[in-house]
Amino acid sequence: MNPTIRPFWQPLTAGIALGLVLLLTFLLTGHGLGASGFFTRLTAWLGGEIARPATELNAYLGPYLKAATHPLASWISWEIVGVLIGGLIAAVTGGRFRLRVDGAPNLGSSGRIALAIGGGVLTGFGARLARGCTSGLGLSGSAPLAAAGFMFLIGFVVVGIAVGYLVRRAWT
Amino acid sequence: MSIPLYDSGIASGLLSGILFGYVLENAGFASPRKLTAQFRFTDWSVFKVMFTAVIVASIGLYTAIGFGLMSADGIYIPTTFFWATLTGGALVGAGMAVGGYCPGTSTVGLASGRLDGLFFMVGMVLGTGLFAAVFEPIEGFYLAAQGPQGQTLPMLFGLPAWAVLLALIVLAATGFVVGSRFERARGGPLTAEQLNGRDMDRRGELVEEVEIVRVQTG
Repeated sequence: MNPTIRPFWQPLTAGIALGLVLLLTFLLTGHGLGASGFFTRLTAWLGGEIARPATELNAYLGPYLKAATHPLASWISWEIVGVLIGGLIAAVTGGRFRLRVDGAPNLGSSGRIALAIGGGVLTGFGARLARGCTSGLGLSGSAPLAAAGFMFLIGFVVVGIAVGYLVRRAWT
Repeated sequence: MSIPLYDSGIASGLLSGILFGYVLENAGFASPRKLTAQFRFTDWSVFKVMFTAVIVASIGLYTAIGFGLMSADGIYIPTTFFWATLTGGALVGAGMAVGGYCPGTSTVGLASGRLDGLFFMVGMVLGTGLFAAVFEPIEGFYLAAQGPQGQTLPMLFGLPAWAVLLALIVLAATGFVVGSRFERARGGPLTAEQLNGRDMDRRGELVEEVEIVRVQTG
């Protein structure tokens, strides 16, 4: 039996709530919200477990291994644990939790999984190049009006629309 | 007590994260179909929520700075590296168009039971590893055309913060009006019912039909 599906919040309500959470985070920590930083630490940790000498020698990931031996030793990792908890609470109380592979109805599960991995590779690479992601730069950079936040969003929106047009059949 | 508190402990991370995840899921941002619909202009929730959040947080931060409650250099402001920031943003945009998520939304996607969110994360780890593998040859590009340390739009344009904020509010209001028109022309934004309901859960629909038949015949 599926529980009643509650509607999403109005965009204005959700935006005000998200802005207040972001503001609270700035006042608490001096920086905003993030996400990709956790995946960098996770990659460094996995690299250290699988191929320690090569990861230690790597110019980009090596310093992460020296700074912290475990991804849970940083603020952003606990923030991501929190995002999982908060997202789960919202999905369950809203009657929106479903175990599934979510995509366009006519795209099979294996096709959807391939797209998810491919998109993830582009995003993982891009977030390292930009020094942040939609949360860390787009949202948390733009709030203090940093030029970098808006520069990131311009690249994100323009190419997102162009690629979104090219792959539109995968989503409709 | 001075703000920011510079609290980077476990409780502070969990608190910010729980609230962040709770709001993202309630906004509908756990759904890759809703997120990618923004790029096709059929659902403007991403624009509306992001822009509103930036403006609300910005007004709060600049008010605190204006009243002397907080120093302007007390908060972290990222620095632009022209090519890396722009192309990195472009790749994250392409990644969302293809994969349906960004790093934060893939996390709430997984939290709402979406296994494709987990596969997106696997991809991100691979992409991060790929970046690390080619870091040395592309380091010049990564560091090229560095802007002034912590440059803000008021610094870039030589305008007071309130003027930049006013321009952003006008831009956001325009986007709300234009976006809502686009949404109405294409059947409205995607609802929780559409994204989680019967069209996704065929077995659930079948069970309900059987029950209706039973009620009618029994």
